[in-house]
Amino acid sequence: MELDHNAFVAFAKSWGLFYLIAFSIAVLVYVFWPSNRKRFDRAKKSILDDDDRPGKGPGKGPGER
Amino acid sequence: MVAGLTLSERRLALVILTLLGLTGLAMAAGGRGDLMGVHGFIVLLFSLGVAWAVMAGFYAPEPGEERLSRYYDDPTRFGIVLTMAWAVFGMFFGVWVAALLAWPELTFVDQAWASFGRLRPVHTTGIIFGFGGNALIATSLHVLQRTTRARLPDQLSPWFVIIGYNLFCVLAVSGYFMGITQSKEYAEPEWYADIWLVVVWVVYFLIYIRTLQRRQEPHIYVANWYYMAFILVVAVLHIVNNLALPISFAAARSYPLYSGVQDAMVQWWYGHNAVAFFLTAGFLGMMYYYMPKRAERPIFSYRLSIISFWGITFFYMWAGSHHLHYTALPQWVQTLGMTFSIMLLVPSWSSAGNALATLNGAWHKVRDDATLRFMMVAAVFYGISTFEGSFMAIRAVNSLSHYTDWTVGHVHAGALGWVAMITFGSIYALVPWMWKQKTMYSPRLVEAHFWLALTGTVIYVFAMWNSGIIQGLMWRTYTDSGTLAYSFIDSLVAMHPYYIARTVGGLFFLAGAVVGAYNVAMTIRLSRQEGVRRDSAADVPVPHEPAVAAQPGE
Repeated sequence: MELDHNAFVAFAKSWGLFYLIAFSIAVLVYVFWPSNRKRFDRAKKSILDDDDRPGKGPGKGPGER
Repeated sequence: MVAGLTLSERRLALVILTLLGLTGLAMAAGGRGDLMGVHGFIVLLFSLGVAWAVMAGFYAPEPGEERLSRYYDDPTRFGIVLTMAWAVFGMFFGVWVAALLAWPELTFVDQAWASFGRLRPVHTTGIIFGFGGNALIATSLHVLQRTTRARLPDQLSPWFVIIGYNLFCVLAVSGYFMGITQSKEYAEPEWYADIWLVVVWVVYFLIYIRTLQRRQEPHIYVANWYYMAFILVVAVLHIVNNLALPISFAAARSYPLYSGVQDAMVQWWYGHNAVAFFLTAGFLGMMYYYMPKRAERPIFSYRLSIISFWGITFFYMWAGSHHLHYTALPQWVQTLGMTFSIMLLVPSWSSAGNALATLNGAWHKVRDDATLRFMMVAAVFYGISTFEGSFMAIRAVNSLSHYTDWTVGHVHAGALGWVAMITFGSIYALVPWMWKQKTMYSPRLVEAHFWLALTGTVIYVFAMWNSGIIQGLMWRTYTDSGTLAYSFIDSLVAMHPYYIARTVGGLFFLAGAVVGAYNVAMTIRLSRQEGVRRDSAADVPVPHEPAVAAQPGE
């Protein structure tokens, strides 16, 4: 098949839809994956700490490692 | 400021400045018959000026290892000051161009540099890149460190970014006054300035990546995702849209690689995504950090913030073609842009709703604290202008709104109501923190700024809504015999009162920015007078109690 304008248009019109839907599902799965809940909760709350120094090691906060 | 750099960084800074100065010299020599020569001298003087500052502090004692146990905030402080300066500059020119539309003789007796066509990009660049860009760089470096609990990787590269970026802004604005432009909206600077911005931008992105690599938090906080999308996508947009061939390496003029409708499509793919990723994504990053911080409440739904992030990132990319309804662009591309613009309402309102739901339960703070109120109003205007944008992208609505002042009103609902409000809110939250003060110099002036800004925005937006719809209707009113009922000049006369109202609205907003700049300057002065050692051993930022101003209704 020749790769002309029409071929690109057909590709964009069909696969464009599918990849966006697939991508949306992937994002939703990531967001609602049960084991991610803990790290999201931590991220949400940890910015409110008043500690204004660089951390000493990874994951020193509550609920993580 | 130089005292914060290590000796090898000071040397490297001088090497970079020498190279930059030589480039300026080459531009000045090669482009002596061209406007580019003037820019060469500007680059040369700029490099010499910065080099002088570096040399003046060259023999200051080196910072010790203990610096690594603190965040590096000097570039952020510098960026905040520049942000306020550009705000006043850009808004002043905004008021001027607004006044020019009402009183076209305000050009100092027909000076070319003071004509509308040259002043208007000075305004847009001054605001978008000068004010917005500096605010984004300054806050992003602050947010990045706090949310990753990691210090910036080195001291030199953030300075390179912020000073280099401002050199780009200076080249852009000075070029417009002289008449240098590649005539692409929001991408007016010519090829050499564009190349310089790419260099600066790559270093900016690398700072982000290098800091994230060293992060002490397991998860990358959502604000950083927005900032990174801003940096990465703006790089892609900037490079693709500005692909051009200079007529000579010694001349400012260049021609774009694209032509015709392709050029238009690339331009508005760039133009709309500049709105999306420069004026939205980065400022959402600001909102997702400073609003919870100021309200002392975590974001309402962290998951929703992630969903809206990916929604915005992937929908916005396709929305640009709604700028080209009823043009030679294929119909299906126009429809694609329209559809994605409507879909965008979902992630946009998720963010706006998420912000307002975060404040739910803290309304007493919103009432008492003008800083938080700035952020609240920003979220409301974000909701309003994204709804309006989706609506205007519908082809039938666009047939009424396009080329009218309605578009201008929409843009300013976004720029004044959303971008500037969230920026001022964030700056008022950040300044006491950065300069170790309990509050701003005057919470009352923050209050005054808030009301000036809100009044100005409302006057401006309502004037342009009225003006735009009247204009659109006049252009499409036919008589019984099928001819146009109004000539163009009729519609122009009908616009006059609204143009005056718009100037007044802009003046209010500018007055607010001046008050804000004064307040920031006085806060800095206060901090210096008190001899507060900025990087004092005090661990905690001085806790920011909500600035209580005398307000009725207590």
